[in-house]
Amino acid sequence: MAKTLLDKIWDAHVVKSIPGGLDVFYIDRHLIHEVTSPQAFDEIEARGLPLFRKEQIVATADHNVPTKNQHLPIEEPLSRFQVDKLTENCAKHNIELYGLGHEKQGIVHVMGPELGITQPGMTIVCGDSHTSTHGAFGAIAFGIGTSQVAQVMASQCLLLSKPKSMRITVDGNVKPGVTAKDIILYVISKLGTGGATGFFVEYAGSAFRNLSMEGRMTVCNMSIEMGARGGMIAPDQTTFDYLNGREFAPKGERWEQAVAYWATLFTEEGATFDKELTFDAADIAPMITFGTNPGMGMAIDAVIPTDVPVSEQASYSKSLQYMGFQPGESLLGKEIQYVFIGSCTNSRIEDLRQVAKYVQGKRKAPHVEAIIVPGSKHVEKQAIEEGIDKVLAEAGFELREPGCSACLAMNEDKIPAGAYCVSTSNRNFEGRQGPGSRTLLASPLVAAITAVEGKIVDITQYLN
Amino acid sequence: MEKFEVLQSTAVPLPIENIDTDQIIPARFLKATSREGFGENLFRDWRFDNAGQPKADFVMNTGRYSGRILVAGKNFGCGSSREHAAWAIYDAGFKVVISSFFADIFKGNALNNGLLPLQVSDEVLARLLTQIEEDPQTTLVVNLVNQELEVPVWEEKIPFAIDAYKKECLINGYDDIDFLVNQKEAIEQYESNRPWAY
Repeated sequence: MAKTLLDKIWDAHVVKSIPGGLDVFYIDRHLIHEVTSPQAFDEIEARGLPLFRKEQIVATADHNVPTKNQHLPIEEPLSRFQVDKLTENCAKHNIELYGLGHEKQGIVHVMGPELGITQPGMTIVCGDSHTSTHGAFGAIAFGIGTSQVAQVMASQCLLLSKPKSMRITVDGNVKPGVTAKDIILYVISKLGTGGATGFFVEYAGSAFRNLSMEGRMTVCNMSIEMGARGGMIAPDQTTFDYLNGREFAPKGERWEQAVAYWATLFTEEGATFDKELTFDAADIAPMITFGTNPGMGMAIDAVIPTDVPVSEQASYSKSLQYMGFQPGESLLGKEIQYVFIGSCTNSRIEDLRQVAKYVQGKRKAPHVEAIIVPGSKHVEKQAIEEGIDKVLAEAGFELREPGCSACLAMNEDKIPAGAYCVSTSNRNFEGRQGPGSRTLLASPLVAAITAVEGKIVDITQYLN
Repeated sequence: MEKFEVLQSTAVPLPIENIDTDQIIPARFLKATSREGFGENLFRDWRFDNAGQPKADFVMNTGRYSGRILVAGKNFGCGSSREHAAWAIYDAGFKVVISSFFADIFKGNALNNGLLPLQVSDEVLARLLTQIEEDPQTTLVVNLVNQELEVPVWEEKIPFAIDAYKKECLINGYDDIDFLVNQKEAIEQYESNRPWAY
């Protein structure tokens, strides 16, 4: 029977199947960070269990870290304690740690791929729902809870039932100003925030195939925002070119063998999915969200929908009330106070280049605070080498040091209550960027233009 | 993990859809390194104002509702993978969450912590929410052994589904880690036989 990409990788990782439909499922790489690992270390220690395959674990500090003065001790005591705890646990168990100040430190989903730790055909987990990012390489990658972090530490396996499969095909060429972020925000707006729950998604079609690895990572990153456990894109020459020469990518003869194997990782003709959806790339416009979940998105020049099913009206009204918007309203002309460019969705070098290209020779609006947080030390270094830091500084953008930052506001980077922030991150939940903050999700290009104009505009009018 | 067989309790209604894990426990409260104490910040920004005072109109503060069962709108627990969400609900005294739809990761996390995510139809959920809002003393009986949600006042027993393995774990208080560690031999054999290893 013809196999899907998911079938091929899944089947290759089943240690054994047990009655009742569960598989003992093998994990190739386990990424850990300071927030969801301490209780897992405690658990295996309390049970007297050793780490089964510590060399398959890589750690970094990202969620809690400040984005200013990283060379100084962390000021906030609870954050410092959590980051110190990670350092202590990694030292005790001899786990590779790219901690604060390390040249490889970064947001876990930026760091893994750029070092070549993430490879096609792998299974990758992390105690973070945006682990779906790594699926961009044709890997099965998904977020897990802390109990599962402990399970992987103890056995390198999880007990799982195989998810249902969904293929989302987008063919055609996108319009000017439409980026990877717009494609995925569009798809999520069509499916809703729970539309892919229970599924693993494969993204297919020329719109995804034409994306760079950075763009594919943005797409797969947001799979969880429609409920999917993961998203994946079959590896191709773009994938191989990206990986070739990266630090942890196979070298020499191993590289040739790897590429030969990776080239077999695609969905075969005639393979069936539990669900198939198709969209036309030409229908996608630059997107923005207007509500408090990522499914509440629309074309930037559209009006906030009014046709909401009766059963959903109460939640819909609550959401719009929080945002200070009305059904039927256009967002064009709305003044915004903050622009945040960063997060595991959009903080890679390509994102920074795109922002720099637009803002070069321009200046942000005086009332806007524009923060740009690179995804990793590596991205930061590259930005400096390319002179992006200077372009941003001249435009009044503040380039910070790497971390998750205002995406989830665990550190000092918070948006004040009531303020509007156009953000390149992945979640617009109530209070996500700080208590009372109002988030509008968009692409780095939309964010850059918004920062310069100081208000939401139809960006297609601002492109050369 | 605490064992679960049958629970009889009144319930707290929360008729909001798509309750995400940032509402259940905001990220700024994820800095603790133990599993305990998250209950005090459950639904933090809905339950307390900026000064830390309880908001009078939130269901947990009105004094009208109590119990160990939370009944919430569909797509409960969407968003992040933080297990702290399940810990917070459990720590606040709940043993069951009833909804018409659960996000995957939350569901798994709940089951790994002895918190039962009980899925009913949209129609049953709507009736339950109305029933509890009209009569906060309504008692529900969750019988995991028989996989039934009993609503005595309706004289109805509503069957619910649960994975057979997970049911066994909840009833006996077992978790996956015990099972997986016992698979060591099979796992090592798998590792040595892989055609392609990373």
